[in-house]
Amino acid sequence: MSAGTLWAVVLVASLGCYLLKLAGLSVPARWVDHPTVRRVVDFVPAALLGALIAVQAVTSGAHLVVDGRLAALAVAALALALRAPFVVVLVLAGLTGAAVRWLS
Amino acid sequence: MTDDATRASTLRDAVGLGAAVGLYGVAFGAAAVTAGLDPWQACALSLLMFTGASQFALVGVLGAGGGALAAVGSALLLGTRNTVYGVRLVPLLQVRGGLRRAATAHWVIDETTALAVAAPDRQLAKVGFTAGGATIYLGWNVMTLVGALGADGLGGTAQAALDAVVPAAFLALLWPRLQKTWAEPAAQRRVALAGAVVALVLTPFVPAGVQVIAAVVAVVLAGRWRR
Repeated sequence: MSAGTLWAVVLVASLGCYLLKLAGLSVPARWVDHPTVRRVVDFVPAALLGALIAVQAVTSGAHLVVDGRLAALAVAALALALRAPFVVVLVLAGLTGAAVRWLS
Repeated sequence: MTDDATRASTLRDAVGLGAAVGLYGVAFGAAAVTAGLDPWQACALSLLMFTGASQFALVGVLGAGGGALAAVGSALLLGTRNTVYGVRLVPLLQVRGGLRRAATAHWVIDETTALAVAAPDRQLAKVGFTAGGATIYLGWNVMTLVGALGADGLGGTAQAALDAVVPAAFLALLWPRLQKTWAEPAAQRRVALAGAVVALVLTPFVPAGVQVIAAVVAVVLAGRWRR
């Protein structure tokens, strides 16, 4: 992707996200404050994050690839289960990724 | 009137949260540069978009080789949360005037909403929102720059480390939603798992990045959302 396209993506997405914020403060509450809408919005992050985790951990382009990223994800899950702080989780994941790369 | 001790405690919460969120800024800056953005684009996202999950989604899709539309779409999908937050904030913040509303809107995110809603009264809701917003905005942007510059021009092993950090950062964002403290954690787990499975199944067949949005749309369409 060219630098110009990347900048366009950055600016258009930023403007869109700002307008979504502004809409919440501007539109009548009953347009948005519907129980079904609230519920869907509450679950969208889980679906999106689940998809992003899977894609970032085990794919490369159109292929499934198992490498250090999956090992790092397992280590991160363990650290989160043990209530490790965010920065510790990331450092452990990074070290795992680097170690697998170094060993393979 | 609000007493000084409560006010101080609200301020402490706001500033403490801001400092913690700053750490995510480092991860975002590094993830953005790993995904192929330059440090200035990473900083522009933190300054102008200023909503962490959308920013991570955008660079996540770009990092997976996704196209412009898929990247913008995933950021907007996560951005819809802030619309719902805004509706909840209107009675608490009592924002008057177009200009003030336009300025307030930029800081409507997960953390500032949580601070405002958790505050014991309306006056403190404003204090929590403003102090939290200012601290997080400052910390998030400074730490994005640190992460972006730090990740720029790293070698192979360090790159492998960063590639491994990105999915771990997404998992850390998802994690609280799966715990007992969240409403309906079992349903959140099913939704997250379904999103992951649909995305992986689609990966060989659709352009990069599209599988992420398709997974969300599929899960939303498949859900029974009425209770």
